[in-house]
Amino acid sequence: MNTSAATTTTLPNGPGAAAVLATGIGSFALGLLDVLADKVPSIKSWMNFYNPTGALSGVTTCAVIVWLAAWAILNLRWRGRDVRFGPVGTVALVLLALGILLTFPPLADLF
Amino acid sequence: MEITTRSLWTLIHGMGFGALYLMACSGALVELYRRYCSQNTAQPTARDETFLRVYLAVMAVLAWLAVITGSYIIYPWYRAKPPAGTTDLAAFPRYFLLSSPHTSAWHNMGMEWKEYIAWIAPIAITMAAVVVLQYGRRLKDHPQLRNTVLCFVWASLLAAGVAGFFGAMLNKNAPVEGGDTIHLVQGEAK
Repeated sequence: MNTSAATTTTLPNGPGAAAVLATGIGSFALGLLDVLADKVPSIKSWMNFYNPTGALSGVTTCAVIVWLAAWAILNLRWRGRDVRFGPVGTVALVLLALGILLTFPPLADLF
Repeated sequence: MEITTRSLWTLIHGMGFGALYLMACSGALVELYRRYCSQNTAQPTARDETFLRVYLAVMAVLAWLAVITGSYIIYPWYRAKPPAGTTDLAAFPRYFLLSSPHTSAWHNMGMEWKEYIAWIAPIAITMAAVVVLQYGRRLKDHPQLRNTVLCFVWASLLAAGVAGFFGAMLNKNAPVEGGDTIHLVQGEAK
């Protein structure tokens, strides 16, 4: 009796872990694609989805697609179950930090 | 009193969506911390829960509107290439800034950073809104998850702050002007 009540009020951490890790992946993808589009002319040209905006259009569109795809895939794998959140959260925050750092032009220019 | 359509769009983007998002961000951080991270043992009411969910959803909409209007309406005006032989670059902010070593860093560092880091704000706050929507008060049962979500909201504040600061400074040094003129108020000459 109590078990069913507990089941309705307890939500495993899997969906939340999928959301944060996917957001870390998406942020890193944004920074990485920014650097690649800046350094590799062929990628810059390929990222030019919309000419008035230039490579910004392709970089941000691809990063959003990577973020949503990662979220969908991870959510499918982790929904309804608990995962070890420690490593997942750490990786997500490291990817987020790297994504932010890679968008910083003086750091991106080191590559 | 007049304003050009490009100035109006810049205002809508920066003062409307961007500044409102920045103000809302600090409120969200306080509320998320107060509700889920503090030693507060009181359970939030259903009305409180709904309020926070709507608040975060509106923030996500504001953040997406800010980056979409910035990237697809204002940025093309900013980076427009002047025709050959143009000497007055005032209508071409990117080229105006790059024409002087005293202002080129506003583009090379300011705009180059702002245009990309700004996109982290909607990505992070959308995730935070979905997690709060999914978990609600049960977020209290997942301390690691809620702390990580809070870090992402801090990151979105940082991203929006960088974008807002450079947006304001770029607009101060090389405003995006042009388009039709809108007459707001008819003044009197003295």
